[in-house]
Amino acid sequence: MPIKRPDAIAYSEVTPESVMAARRRFLRLAAGSVAALALSDLQAAEKLAPALRSRFSADEPPTPYRHVTGYNNYVEFGSAKEDPAELSSGLRTRPWSVVIDGLVQKPRTLAIEDILKLAPIEERIYRLRCVEGWSMVVPWLGFPLSTLLKQVEPLGSAKYVEFTTITQADVMPGVRRHTLDWPYHEGLRLDEAMHPLTLACLGLYGEVLPNQNGAPIRLIVPWKYGFKSSKSIVRIRYTEQPPQTTWSALQPSEYGFYANVNPAVDHPRWSQARERRLGEILKRPTLPFNGYADQVGQLYAGMDLRKNF
Amino acid sequence: MERQIAAAKAVLFLLCLLPVAYYGLGLWQDTLGANPIEAFTRGLGDWALRLLLITLAVTPLRRLTGQVWVMKLRRMLGLFVFFYACLHLTAYLWLDQFFDWPAILMDIVKRPFITTGMIAFVLLVPLAATSSNAMIRRLGGRRWQQLHRLIYPLAMIAVLHYTWMVRVDVTQPAIYGLMLALLLGLRLWWRFVDARKPASLLGGFPRSKHRIIPIQTRR
Repeated sequence: MPIKRPDAIAYSEVTPESVMAARRRFLRLAAGSVAALALSDLQAAEKLAPALRSRFSADEPPTPYRHVTGYNNYVEFGSAKEDPAELSSGLRTRPWSVVIDGLVQKPRTLAIEDILKLAPIEERIYRLRCVEGWSMVVPWLGFPLSTLLKQVEPLGSAKYVEFTTITQADVMPGVRRHTLDWPYHEGLRLDEAMHPLTLACLGLYGEVLPNQNGAPIRLIVPWKYGFKSSKSIVRIRYTEQPPQTTWSALQPSEYGFYANVNPAVDHPRWSQARERRLGEILKRPTLPFNGYADQVGQLYAGMDLRKNF
Repeated sequence: MERQIAAAKAVLFLLCLLPVAYYGLGLWQDTLGANPIEAFTRGLGDWALRLLLITLAVTPLRRLTGQVWVMKLRRMLGLFVFFYACLHLTAYLWLDQFFDWPAILMDIVKRPFITTGMIAFVLLVPLAATSSNAMIRRLGGRRWQQLHRLIYPLAMIAVLHYTWMVRVDVTQPAIYGLMLALLLGLRLWWRFVDARKPASLLGGFPRSKHRIIPIQTRR
């Protein structure tokens, strides 16, 4: 008796990946994104639901959404805190890709759509301490940067990674006025970049990153001053030497390569001993490594943190 | 004329109170954004500097328009500079530092922008203290005028205070600096021009060795 073979499945019947991804996102949302649900009627922005809650999250109340998205340093859009929120709507975030090159076996270019699918999205509630003396608590969304970095195979000589932010001069008034040496460059030592706290950040408060916060992909290094956490990243380059970073190039005495949050080492123009948490009146003491000393302190064992500020 | 001047003074007085009303109400109603204390402190500092430039514009205004009565507004403007500088300083000492005197002292010694701000304030104090007619008489016009020339270095130090506070993009302080340079430059230019003019061309006024300060008559 002949056994009838099942018909081959036509490609037209295969669920398109976008639909599958959308369904997965929907399921994640339904499965338990309390934050996203609570906020769903507040913004029309594209949702990005976390699948995991991270054990690294701080147990502190997040700074209100309007402050997180209304008080920003993104100098490409201007130097006032309100400028990025007011002037960044023209930033083109699609199509977007990130080049990973430098000292690697084979450079790669990853589309943002593919990056979004590299790993489950986690919610990480981190403290953010600005070098200017203010701080906030932000529910970021993303996955460990190491996941992204492992998409290429670095050479043995690679010791650092450099991050480059996009420049779109036509929509970035600060770029046209040459306030800093664009494009914005930042860098990390490889072990800092691979540390589980270091985040490839894709969203906040249950939605994709607003432009003023560094859409569509940015870095978050919670134990360093905010300027180390590059926004709107287009290139990650493995290097052997410490990359030249934008702020350090502008004023080496004020901004070091490491820029670890350190209450004992003042910025030449102001004390770093205390900080104003947005929404609070009294300043609070600043913690070494922004409160992440237990997790990252060993990265700097034996180093003179006054010299390597 | 007396009545018009009195009216102008009353209007100016109310106008000068608008910024403090705006920032005071803003702090109270929480409409100053994410970092209200910073906005409050900086806003009052901005207005101290703006009023300082406006005060320095009075004499050039008189010279350019020939309207001598504007000089009668100068003292009030100068006292408002002091008023806003006091509020700005108080905001820093209280809302920013919460009277942490060791930290404040450290700031003054170590931070150039705080040092310059303090120097500018200290220089303002004798000017405000000698603003009354009685003090002008006590000091004598010439000494009073010499003392009040302190406003020129003071204004430069105040602009420096602002410039050194800024992290990046000194466009704003540069604009204030340019305006100050213009106001001081005009004075230098006129001094140069006047020195070369024969007395007969000086608009009918007898040429005196020192310029005249108008002392307001008491009513």
